[in-house]
Amino acid sequence: MERPKKSPADRVSELVDKTQGSQAWNSIFRPGSVFRKGYTDSPRNRSYVIMNSVLYHLHPVKVKRHAVKVSYTLCLGGLSFFLFILLTVTGIFLMFFYRPTAAQAWNDIYTLQTSVTFGLLMRNMHRWAAHLMVLSVFLHMARVFYHGAYKPPREFNWVIGVILLTLTLLLSFTGYLLPWDQLALWAVTVGTNMMGYTPVFGNQVRFVLLGGKEIGTDTLLRWYVLHVLFVPFVTVIFLAIHFWRVRKDGGISGPL
Amino acid sequence: MTEIPEHLRKRAEAAREKAAQQSAAPAEEAAPAAEAAAPAGDSRIPAHLLERSKSAKSKGAATETAVATSAGGGVATAVATAAAPPTATGPGGHTQRLLTVVKAGSIQDVKSVPVDKVHTWPHLLAVEFVASLLMFAFVMIFSIFMNAPLLALANINQTPNPSKAPWYFLGLQELLTMFHPMVAGVTIPGMGIFLLILAPYIDRNPSNKPEDRKFAISLFTVQMMFWAVLVVIGSFFRGPGFNFVAPWTAGLFFEL
Repeated sequence: MERPKKSPADRVSELVDKTQGSQAWNSIFRPGSVFRKGYTDSPRNRSYVIMNSVLYHLHPVKVKRHAVKVSYTLCLGGLSFFLFILLTVTGIFLMFFYRPTAAQAWNDIYTLQTSVTFGLLMRNMHRWAAHLMVLSVFLHMARVFYHGAYKPPREFNWVIGVILLTLTLLLSFTGYLLPWDQLALWAVTVGTNMMGYTPVFGNQVRFVLLGGKEIGTDTLLRWYVLHVLFVPFVTVIFLAIHFWRVRKDGGISGPL
Repeated sequence: MTEIPEHLRKRAEAAREKAAQQSAAPAEEAAPAAEAAAPAGDSRIPAHLLERSKSAKSKGAATETAVATSAGGGVATAVATAAAPPTATGPGGHTQRLLTVVKAGSIQDVKSVPVDKVHTWPHLLAVEFVASLLMFAFVMIFSIFMNAPLLALANINQTPNPSKAPWYFLGLQELLTMFHPMVAGVTIPGMGIFLLILAPYIDRNPSNKPEDRKFAISLFTVQMMFWAVLVVIGSFFRGPGFNFVAPWTAGLFFEL
């Protein structure tokens, strides 16, 4: 007896069936997931995709039809968040090659650019994405203003948004010093001198920001910790509240 | 007692007046032959309708007699006439009565206006996915061709000329040329952020339509343009000593 020969396509589909039928696979993907066996496009499954996944923390099962139109939001809020994620990923990459001391910082960046695979690309992406994020957060705020989307019941979410804008500026500004080149040093000098004119506490504010009387290794360490840990941590908390409030306040505003 | 809607009440009154006029007119003209008009005088049903129903009744009587004479063949018509609605007339010979007018809202309590919604998957998620993919591609390609600046090692003893803050603070640095540093560096940006936070509580106008918020929109636009112009001047039109230069003759003094 000769067994009928299986075609490669049959083998593949058999393998897919086997994998999708396995316990491990079904323990990973919950019912309704598009990766489960026999997913069909039905209203029920469309609901399950959101409801049975971590996305349910971010999106409701259904959204207003006009909220999907790109021309309404221009995706600015979502893109700001995406840039934040992109900056986190590229930033973690950069952290592997960087030591925040005046003696090593500039050399580390230089070595990263010249002898680390994809080092230059990662640094470029981090830099440009940071500038883009400042821009997109600004534009997001303008979009929200022009749509009157800060009006009740969304007043407090606007307040959180303004806090997030200042946090974005802080993230960008603290990162500015880290390459420890002439551009970084003097941009930060200009910035912190300005802060030093705070009424009454001017000198103290400047001392806290610089970690001393002058910009040096202590400043670098201080701004490094602020940049990679403290400000992102605070930002993530406010982002969570921001997104949660969008849903609690009845989805995005509008239509006009 | 249920309140009768204004427009229905008016319509009923108009109909009543019209009927009164019509029944009064034939009564004057054909006073001797007022056999039909006499009962219609106190009726609210127009005379021509009464006449029509009277003729219909007499016709029915005629067919009934016809059926009675034709013994076998006219069963169907006999049934039909038997099934004709019983002439249950109310007082004054009325054939219809208006029981009451109930407004829709008093029996059906509609809680919320139905909103046109679509499933988040695939409609919104697809848009978000494509937008983030495009953004990623843009940042990546831009980073391949444009390198982030890395100037010479930081040197506290060598001040570059000009020394500029990051671009989003160049508006403030521009203000420094006009005001005392405390005003330009602390008071104005502080007030700006404070006013932004308060925006939803200052703007009491409930509408989000652009035509209703001309003042708010123009105020915000003027503010944004003011800062944008300052940033552009600070970025491109300021050279050594932070003096005015034209970028097309003196070149760019700007690093991102």
